[in-house]
Amino acid sequence: MAKQVAIVAVAQNAGAESKDNFYDQAYAVTKEVLDKAGMTRDDIGTVISASSDVFHGGISCANSYYWETTGAFLKNASRQDGESLFALFYGAMRIMTGHYDTALVIGLCKGSENPSNDTCTLMYADPFYQRGVGLTETMAAALQMRLYMERYGVTEEQCAKVAVKNLGNGLRNPYAHKKGRYTVDDILGSERLIDPLTALQVAPKSEGMVALILASAKKAKEVADKPVWIKGFGSSLDNYYVGDRDLLNGQLKNAADRAYKMAGITDPEKKIDVAEITEPYAFQELMWYEGLGFCKEGEGGRLMDSGFTGMNGRIPVNPSGGVLANNPYVSRGLQRVVEAVLQIRGEAGEKQVPKTVKTALAHGTHGYAGQCHAVAILGR
Amino acid sequence: MEAKEYKTIKTEIRLPYELAYGATWTRFFEGLKNKTIYGTKCTKCGRILVPARSFCPRCFVDADQWVEVSQVGTLIAWCYTNYKYFGMPTEPPFIGSLIRLNGTDVNFLHLMGGFDLNNFDEVKKIIKSGMKVEAVWSDDRKGHIMDIKYFRPL
Repeated sequence: MAKQVAIVAVAQNAGAESKDNFYDQAYAVTKEVLDKAGMTRDDIGTVISASSDVFHGGISCANSYYWETTGAFLKNASRQDGESLFALFYGAMRIMTGHYDTALVIGLCKGSENPSNDTCTLMYADPFYQRGVGLTETMAAALQMRLYMERYGVTEEQCAKVAVKNLGNGLRNPYAHKKGRYTVDDILGSERLIDPLTALQVAPKSEGMVALILASAKKAKEVADKPVWIKGFGSSLDNYYVGDRDLLNGQLKNAADRAYKMAGITDPEKKIDVAEITEPYAFQELMWYEGLGFCKEGEGGRLMDSGFTGMNGRIPVNPSGGVLANNPYVSRGLQRVVEAVLQIRGEAGEKQVPKTVKTALAHGTHGYAGQCHAVAILGR
Repeated sequence: MEAKEYKTIKTEIRLPYELAYGATWTRFFEGLKNKTIYGTKCTKCGRILVPARSFCPRCFVDADQWVEVSQVGTLIAWCYTNYKYFGMPTEPPFIGSLIRLNGTDVNFLHLMGGFDLNNFDEVKKIIKSGMKVEAVWSDDRKGHIMDIKYFRPL
């Protein structure tokens, strides 16, 4: 995808529990992103929001409630549910129609107020079969982790290293909710909630209002010194029933290949400079390395051991701390985009990776054990 | 829940639903009442799907050839769940499992049991991926997925 749509401004709020209400948080982040772009509400052509109803917010038709906080009054606006990265894709597509010069994309989530992730994800389950067995995203992940370790000989220690890395990276991220200097033993010694998963290998439940302004090529040149271009995006969906799926051969490869193709990338392990990916469970980051083509199937653990994905590695993965450090469940995919944009612009602060970032990857996933994957490629 | 140091409203949403099983799952769950596990065969790829399905999601054709499937299978994956959560199928600890019933082509999600689950170190000695397992039925069957109490090691 040639330079057609750029991200010209980004904003996010902190992940830890706050006393601000949802409505005011959403207004604040919208106002911040407009101010950063030097725009007013009147400069925004269309609005796409990513949010989820009742379970993740306690209100139905939640967009009717929050539209005015996004500046959508009198505008063309629509809401997307599920993986929030799709809101970015839809915003880009609207600009590509030629009807809009700008789009505001916003993900809204105030996780601290809602039932636990397990309660919400139990409700993904069909009410007849899987829900009756108590299937949650965490149970699906634990089953997937067992399969992954046993198939490839990936060790618990290798999985725990993801949490060590990401919670450690979170220390440099002022927005991160959960952070700390941990050892592999600390991770493995944390409460064994659902063996093989331990508590520190499971993402928290965070707050996260995340806003971006997209602009057409013409508009981007007018308003942005450092536009970040959307180079490609792709997604893929697997079957629904967990038992129907090969949990070790999921849809990330498909999603990534579609994004790479659009971006003209044939050798991602050489072309991607930094990646922000969605790893609600530590071991999944290793699996996603494989799906993204950073290493071969079954070699995610060894890639982790090699330091390839550390801050000083060839492809730093989750310099922000990722989802283990900050998990605004609904908006986490868009948050990965914000972090990728900051890296490309060299504005990631203490978490800036020590290399030139020309091309960055953002990934989101939704559904049991990665039923849906979405990938965006961004660049200068 | 502890009171927060700032003003909050505690609210709860109770929403009653009455959801139809539909023809295929009515027959499957009625089967469980009679200690029978039904699958259906896809007329195109030939896979036997369990629980029974009205269509094959891959081939997108009807899967309307009914088969009674084996109650014996192989343990594919398991997790030892040791915390309480809303909607848990039974008091913890319990073992969420994927089981490949003999002759079928997908995994069946259920629980493992039939031995003392309280000591995880002991559990680890008993339960192994790849082991043969068999369905154990509840005496009080209601046409529910938990009419199968659990699968026990063979």
